[in-house]
Amino acid sequence: MSIIITDSGFFSNYQDAKVSPNHPGPSVDLKSDFDPKDITQELLQARCIRIELPSFADGRAFTLAILLRSHGYTGHLRAVGYILADQYTMVRRSGFDDVEISEELAIRQPKKQWQDRADWRRHDYQGRLREQTL
Amino acid sequence: MTTLGGAAGFEVIVGGGLGRTPMIGKTLREFLPAADLLPYVEAIVSVYNLLGRRDNKYKARIKITVHENGIEEIRARVEARYARLKTLFKGADQQLLQQIEAHFKAPEFICEKAPEFDAFKEESPGFCSWVDTNITAHKAEGYAIVSISLKKHGDTPGDATAAQMRVMSELAKKFSHDELRISHEQNVILPHVHRSDLPTVYRALRTANLATANIGLISDIIACPGMDYCALATARSIPIAQQIATRFAKLELEHDVGLLKLKISGCINACGHHHVGHIGILGLERAGVESYQITLGGDAGAEAQLGTRAGPGFGAKDIVPAIERLVLGYIELRADADETFLQSYQRLGAAPFKALLYPKEK
Repeated sequence: MSIIITDSGFFSNYQDAKVSPNHPGPSVDLKSDFDPKDITQELLQARCIRIELPSFADGRAFTLAILLRSHGYTGHLRAVGYILADQYTMVRRSGFDDVEISEELAIRQPKKQWQDRADWRRHDYQGRLREQTL
Repeated sequence: MTTLGGAAGFEVIVGGGLGRTPMIGKTLREFLPAADLLPYVEAIVSVYNLLGRRDNKYKARIKITVHENGIEEIRARVEARYARLKTLFKGADQQLLQQIEAHFKAPEFICEKAPEFDAFKEESPGFCSWVDTNITAHKAEGYAIVSISLKKHGDTPGDATAAQMRVMSELAKKFSHDELRISHEQNVILPHVHRSDLPTVYRALRTANLATANIGLISDIIACPGMDYCALATARSIPIAQQIATRFAKLELEHDVGLLKLKISGCINACGHHHVGHIGILGLERAGVESYQITLGGDAGAEAQLGTRAGPGFGAKDIVPAIERLVLGYIELRADADETFLQSYQRLGAAPFKALLYPKEK
């Protein structure tokens, strides 16, 4: 079973994680090699988009998340796969709502490691540069 | 940095790099307004992130991505991404930049004459020679840019002792508005020295063994640490640099030779930037012994150019004599004393220079 990680902790099921996207559309899974040229209106209507990160060294999902958000996607965005706790801040800043990892990976990286990075707005230098004024 | 109709901006070049696959960067955009630098650079990284190779880490480089996809394709993707990212920047970035810029204000320059400078130049030939090679013109009247050479003939290029570092820091504090910079050419720069202070600075440097007058000359060699220090190296760099510098000091020819950028790397990773040296030396290992390959015609200036391999490598004992033949031969070949090594090479092509390196093949 997989573990869902949000700013408030570990959850083993979707409902408990208190993510209730308002979109009526379907849930879509994307691979990390998804070509942003294939972003369609239909995709942007999805209730939830899960993007797979095959390894912690594959950062394509970060760019895809930013692109989906910049195309106006407002549904739920989830990073799924091999993600390290250290990356949680960057996952959140790039537009993901939460993270889904395997139980095995969650045992190696207990809740505290993720909670240490839960305050992802702190020191968000890129976000700061994109505000209206300082 | 460039301008268009009076507005400041940048020419953006991507896909350049040295190492095992040297490439000259290609112009992605002739002019980018300075204020749009962040979204544009982010667009480049973003495009590279999705498009770059992930199957082979040696090919996970922007230069490879640009080479494989072509600059047109990269440009189309970057421009599209940039149009999207640009709207996210709403002014806070420029405000922050202004705050940062306030910390980098130019010092308040004092424009006054420097009679001490002219007098000492008359009096001391050593000072005169040092001024000729180690001083660069400053934009403010009465000021000069001092390059402190860490290339004393026979010493390790780029090394300074603790005592020498203290001297340089004191000089920066007293005479260069508290600024000191380290150059990629392994020298130290005092960026704002008043000309009237140059004699004092020179005397202090000379006492500290730091007044070598050889900036831009053949003994001002960039050399990587090489096998003396580096675990990746396949050959030694430092002893070769020391031998070349010592040899040309003995010949008393380096001022006559003039501007010559010689760069040495001790392995294919090219930390010594040998590809862009007028003369480049690459140290390799061949069957258990050091072998030094020479590249000619590289240029790290505005007209960036990669050097081309002259031919088979030279053993450790043969490399210095080969460089000597090459440089002495250039003096014979050059049109006049003002024609630099690189200019001669560009005018005459590789053939006469190869003939100097490999005389037996004649």
